Amino acid sequence: MTVAAAAPPAPLRVALVGSPNSGKTTLFNALTGARAKTANFPGVTVERREGRLTGTPRRVAVLDLPGTYSMRAETPDEKVVDDVLNGQLAGEELPDALLLVVDGTTLRRSLGLVTQVLQRRIPTVLVVTMIDEVRARSGELDLDLLGRILGIPVLGVVGHRGIGLEELSCALERPEGWSRPSILPPSDDPDDRFAWVDAVADRIGVTNATRDRRTDRFDRVLLHPVWGIAIFALTMVFLFQSIFTWAVPAMDAIEMGFGALARGSRATLPPGILTDLWTDGILAGVGSVLIFIPQIAILFTLIHFLEDVGYMARAAFVVDRVMGWVGLQGRCFVSLLSSYACAIPGIMATRTIPSTRDRVATILVAPFMTCSARLPVYTLLIAAFIPAQSLFGPVGLQGLVMLGLYVLGALTAFGSAWLLNSTLLRGTPSSFHMELPPYRLPTLKLLAAQVWGSVSAFLRRAGTIILAASLILWVLLAFPRTPVDPGLDPAAQAQAQLEGSAAARVGRAIEPAIEPLGFDWRIGVGLVAALAAREVIVTTLAQIYAVADPDDFDGLRAELLSDPAFGVATALSLLVFFVFALQCTSTIVVMARETGSWRWPAFAFAYMLALAYTASFVTFQTARWIL
Amino acid sequence: MTDRNGCISLSELPVGSQARLCDHERSEALSERLQDLGLVPGTDVKVIRRAPLGDPLEVELRGYRLCLRRSEADAVCATANGHSTNGHSTNGRSR
Repeated sequence: MTVAAAAPPAPLRVALVGSPNSGKTTLFNALTGARAKTANFPGVTVERREGRLTGTPRRVAVLDLPGTYSMRAETPDEKVVDDVLNGQLAGEELPDALLLVVDGTTLRRSLGLVTQVLQRRIPTVLVVTMIDEVRARSGELDLDLLGRILGIPVLGVVGHRGIGLEELSCALERPEGWSRPSILPPSDDPDDRFAWVDAVADRIGVTNATRDRRTDRFDRVLLHPVWGIAIFALTMVFLFQSIFTWAVPAMDAIEMGFGALARGSRATLPPGILTDLWTDGILAGVGSVLIFIPQIAILFTLIHFLEDVGYMARAAFVVDRVMGWVGLQGRCFVSLLSSYACAIPGIMATRTIPSTRDRVATILVAPFMTCSARLPVYTLLIAAFIPAQSLFGPVGLQGLVMLGLYVLGALTAFGSAWLLNSTLLRGTPSSFHMELPPYRLPTLKLLAAQVWGSVSAFLRRAGTIILAASLILWVLLAFPRTPVDPGLDPAAQAQAQLEGSAAARVGRAIEPAIEPLGFDWRIGVGLVAALAAREVIVTTLAQIYAVADPDDFDGLRAELLSDPAFGVATALSLLVFFVFALQCTSTIVVMARETGSWRWPAFAFAYMLALAYTASFVTFQTARWIL
Repeated sequence: MTDRNGCISLSELPVGSQARLCDHERSEALSERLQDLGLVPGTDVKVIRRAPLGDPLEVELRGYRLCLRRSEADAVCATANGHSTNGHSTNGRSR
């Protein structure tokens, strides 16, 4: 008999449970060195982050569960916590031990969650965070006594300063030695639960804490009836301004870089189908994904920062009334704001919205918000067809048209939300309640980890689909091969190939349908290609118009301008089409996953297409009549 | 406004006033979640402000701030126990 080498013991699985704003994520990053594997929980699109406890000999896997206020789940996020702690989430094992995180300044609320979690009878250690704030505000808490009352180990930490972490790491290695409660506190009836909580809080020295003065001072300004609204408006202006002043130069640089790379490849590689695949398929595809990174990274940095600081909750508080007019609520605002970067994170952010109706309405209208994929299309058409004249001062006509497209998208989103809530989604009026956390400055490390999380999630979800789509598109444009006269110049050769391609056949087939919108078969090819992702139309048009270099923006602009079939009316019509149509495969897939059926994405696609068609038709016919 | 037990709904309390949630049939309509957030009879609350556009409102209870719509605050009944400009009672229930 052979003796098998002893397998390394399975890692101990510890899950972090706690309310939003409890310092759970900061603690997770401190324990794991901010290195986390992100994926989804099996079967749901709720993000699952797992890291390894650093600096301990025993392998301990730390799982960061979504924030939850109660074990009576209200949102998809909270349902995951409930299911994992019941061992009822298929494909996810019951954790060996729990790290229950509560904010020391809100013990009179969060001990309520503690009573509920203890009912699950999983070995638990309670971590009280922000003890420095508690000390500064109201003095010492008797955490030893709390531990004796609960019958479990209790530790105080200050996550971002690393205070108490060493002790915690030590404890985490040996959950076998943790004390277990002999009697469980009452948890079923909220009245009994909080009666117990108040009695315990009184005993351990939770006093009538003075409020956080800093938060008071900020709120007096930020939530002031006049200043509050002004600051909110300025914040939004700043957010959008950042897209143009900071992101556009970086986007241009990426575009130029890939253009140069494509030109260089063409110059050095032998001509042929493989070179075409490399430059027009792969390079163009990778470039069209990377071009979004600046805008998405900037927007997410700002959004995560506002969220971490505590302003996002205030913004939701300020706009809730307006959202209520169209049947939505304050939380939906955060989701719609993210959709300006990309509808996918916007749709995923709806997981913290309690009502299913509000979630579905937000998911359906999020694609109307002007995402970063529309920007290259808008930029090209506006630069080509809208005169660069100044209207008054620094305000130019081009900028005004761009602003108009953003506003049109937002108004349509709100109008559609109202329409949906008074027809398909009619039901109980939505409610809104939300914690307004104290203002706290996030650490750079936390912010960086969050931004990277969002950007990499985008790369995974949208990037792969966009890349695949541009490869498929390349095949459709490159096949079937047409014999061309080698004597012609390369641009003419490419055009001859294109006209006989499979894509051209599709374009010609749909031409009768799109003619009333002012589009010919070439734009038709672009529209079909843009079904995968909106900005693909730019590279497609470049190929169709046989611009020698697919990333040569100015060359393409000149070609479009010189085409008699492509006038201002057509350009306006195409712009309007892009405001409304749902041309994004990744969004459709994410919609299906988040709503749990293909019914809603199918509806959204049809609704947005009908809207786009009608609006483009009206735009083209009106513009042709006027101009 | 005030019923025979001296209870009024949380949404009717003026900004700055303190109140204690009372045990009353109107609280039956209170959502599970608001109860789980600590809005249970006996809890001291303070109305901090209304949103710039008048709704929702911000209250303080159990050491934290919560905003909720007036329509939801309607279902919470409370007995006013004075107006405060300075005192911060973040205590939970007192017996």
